[in-house]
Amino acid sequence: MDNAINQTLPVEEETPWRLPSIRKVAMICLITTETALFTIFVVAYLFYIGKSLNGPYPYEVLHFPWWASAALFGSSGTIMIAEHYLKKGKHGLFNLWWFITIALGTYFLGFTAYEWYVLIYKEGLTISTNVFGSTFYSLVGLHASHVIVGLFLLTIILISSFRKKIDHEHHEHVEMISWYWHFVDAIWVVVLLVVYVLSMNY
Amino acid sequence: MAHGTTTAPSEDFVITPVRPGEEKGTWSSWIQDLFFTVDHKKLGLMYIAVGLFFFVIAGLMAAAIRIQLAIPNNDFLHPDVYNRFFTMHGTAMVFLVGMPIIFGFANYLVPIMIGARDMAFPRMNAFGFWITFFSGILLYMSYFTAPSLYNAGSAPDVGWFAYSPLTAKAFSTGHSTDYWTLSILMGGIGSVATSINIIVTTICMRCKGMTLGRMPLFVWTWLVVAFLVVIAIPPLSACQIMLTLDRYLGATFFDTQAGGSAILWQHFFWIFGHPEVYILILPGFAIMNEVIPVFSRKPIFGYPVMVGATVMIAFISLGVWAHHMFTVGMTSLGNSFFAISTMLVAVPTGIKLFNWIGTMYGGKIRFELPMMFSIGFLFQFLIAGLTGVMLAVAPFDWQLHDSYFVVAHFHYVLIGGLLYAIFAGIYHWYPKAFGRLMDKKLGLWHFWLFTIGFHLTFFPQHIAGFWGMPRRIYTYEAGRGWEEMNLISSVGVVFQAIGILLFVVNLLYSLKKGKVAGDDPWDAWTLEWATTSPPADYNFEKEPVVRSRRPLWDLKHPKDPDWKYE
Repeated sequence: MDNAINQTLPVEEETPWRLPSIRKVAMICLITTETALFTIFVVAYLFYIGKSLNGPYPYEVLHFPWWASAALFGSSGTIMIAEHYLKKGKHGLFNLWWFITIALGTYFLGFTAYEWYVLIYKEGLTISTNVFGSTFYSLVGLHASHVIVGLFLLTIILISSFRKKIDHEHHEHVEMISWYWHFVDAIWVVVLLVVYVLSMNY
Repeated sequence: MAHGTTTAPSEDFVITPVRPGEEKGTWSSWIQDLFFTVDHKKLGLMYIAVGLFFFVIAGLMAAAIRIQLAIPNNDFLHPDVYNRFFTMHGTAMVFLVGMPIIFGFANYLVPIMIGARDMAFPRMNAFGFWITFFSGILLYMSYFTAPSLYNAGSAPDVGWFAYSPLTAKAFSTGHSTDYWTLSILMGGIGSVATSINIIVTTICMRCKGMTLGRMPLFVWTWLVVAFLVVIAIPPLSACQIMLTLDRYLGATFFDTQAGGSAILWQHFFWIFGHPEVYILILPGFAIMNEVIPVFSRKPIFGYPVMVGATVMIAFISLGVWAHHMFTVGMTSLGNSFFAISTMLVAVPTGIKLFNWIGTMYGGKIRFELPMMFSIGFLFQFLIAGLTGVMLAVAPFDWQLHDSYFVVAHFHYVLIGGLLYAIFAGIYHWYPKAFGRLMDKKLGLWHFWLFTIGFHLTFFPQHIAGFWGMPRRIYTYEAGRGWEEMNLISSVGVVFQAIGILLFVVNLLYSLKKGKVAGDDPWDAWTLEWATTSPPADYNFEKEPVVRSRRPLWDLKHPKDPDWKYE
């Protein structure tokens, strides 16, 4: 039966048979499902804006994170530069820009840690203080956990690269990690808008 | 282990398929294979086996519920036990029976129908199965371990949608609710992983010539379902995370006394919960799409319309969730929106029903077992759909919300619809998976006993609902007029149970004693019938090439192939 099916049906030579890359489709699916997850936390935050029964309120304790945001957005640029050098086969420059990306991401994570430290110990805002605390820590925490995962992936690539395991033929693997990193950045745009802009007057 | 190697075996290489009863190997190697396999066919069968296992457990719980309700003022089950039983019955039937079985079908059939050798990510596939399996074990472990940890509470007793504030720490002491939450969170991860796998497999692994327009409708429907899972499961995971934060870290998402909102849980749960209904029923449609044409001896009527209707159902299903919440007290604008959007689902669903009837019309219908169950599906799903449209009318829903009418409605969807499709699918593809046909006589007994039992049990519940019987009551007083309906309902369970017993007997009996099926017992047209029964590890010796929607028709009728007309 197997052989027969191939003999009877002439191969369509005219049209080349190309299918999309497995990695890209999988990453798009992962990003879609993560977006759905974040959407619910963002909706919860928006729903509870101004509904806290007691302080501290957002306008009292939140400060717009200029430097941390700049670092995170900048890291999206540096990772693209790194990719560009990998394509060209310049490994030294790839390592350098990849390292800068990790450094910027780590700075961002450090900022979140410091912000939370101040909020918890100085301002007295914890996850159980009010609905602002619950929604703030869960949304920002979910984003921070994605930054941690991203940094972990970035570090794996850097270590592999130091051990000469990354070549320009792995460009697509590396590109997928950068897609994930761009996604983490894009989520921060939304979080920034919702948490540090929209709720500032409440 | 078969690899997706590009070098095809030579032409004179003859496969000697392993027929049932001829397997070589010891128990230990069999067990080892069970645990370490990444083969999509084995995992698919394991999914279905696990689903059927939990089906029997959750079904026995339902039987106990029906015994309790058979006569007024009964004390067969303690009220607390009763609450646990309906919670576990609902949760298990949705997450441990429905989901695993439909994923089992997708796992087994999607790669083989598109001419691939395995899923895109075989190891992630195994991960998805095992985490789903363990989530089931975790849920049922609550019976054994939840009391010993805290000495309070046992299995979850908050209902399958676990409305807040029932789940708050104050009202649900102990860890039973946490077992429920974590089990669902785990199962959700498995579902999303498997669905991503199915999407990637469908998009990236099709054999040569298998354009999107030539894919079997089963695969098309599954592509849509998998997208729906990817979008709809995360809201469930998100609200489970919030609930865990509430219960363990004192967050106040659903704590009304601290400014939280119990309604928000309902919204979040049903944003998942309603698409979930379509995640469960669309795979039923997928099976219908394959079974009905083969047994009507006609290609499916209106292929592109069927694809469009599937996409439309999935799209609309994302905007209907609050029809579960008409009695919460929304604005009239909200009520109208969700009533209209819900009724809108009836349009693409109706298109599908008409197309199946159009496929049967003028066909040479063979009343084999899969077709019997498919015809049962058409009738019963029609009733389910009509009661669904009735409940979509907000004022009607105010009268019948949380009554037995609703119970009857969704059991017609999930048993009369999904379960009948699953039975049709099992009878249809069993010969492919095991090389032997299931016994027809036993199957007919199963069909008629189960159909009679099903209608006896659930049809009277519509009437009991009209007469005001609320759902989830553990008993009722005599003289309310519900006695007859409940007794008929409970008697029906006996028929259903015997039917299921015969089905299980048939499954095991036919494994060794069934008629040998051959590669293509139904004279079907999709690629899975082009290979041996059971298929080799690598599915196809050479990667097939297709030129139409019915590659096997082309093969069997070289003078009049389909691709001339498509």
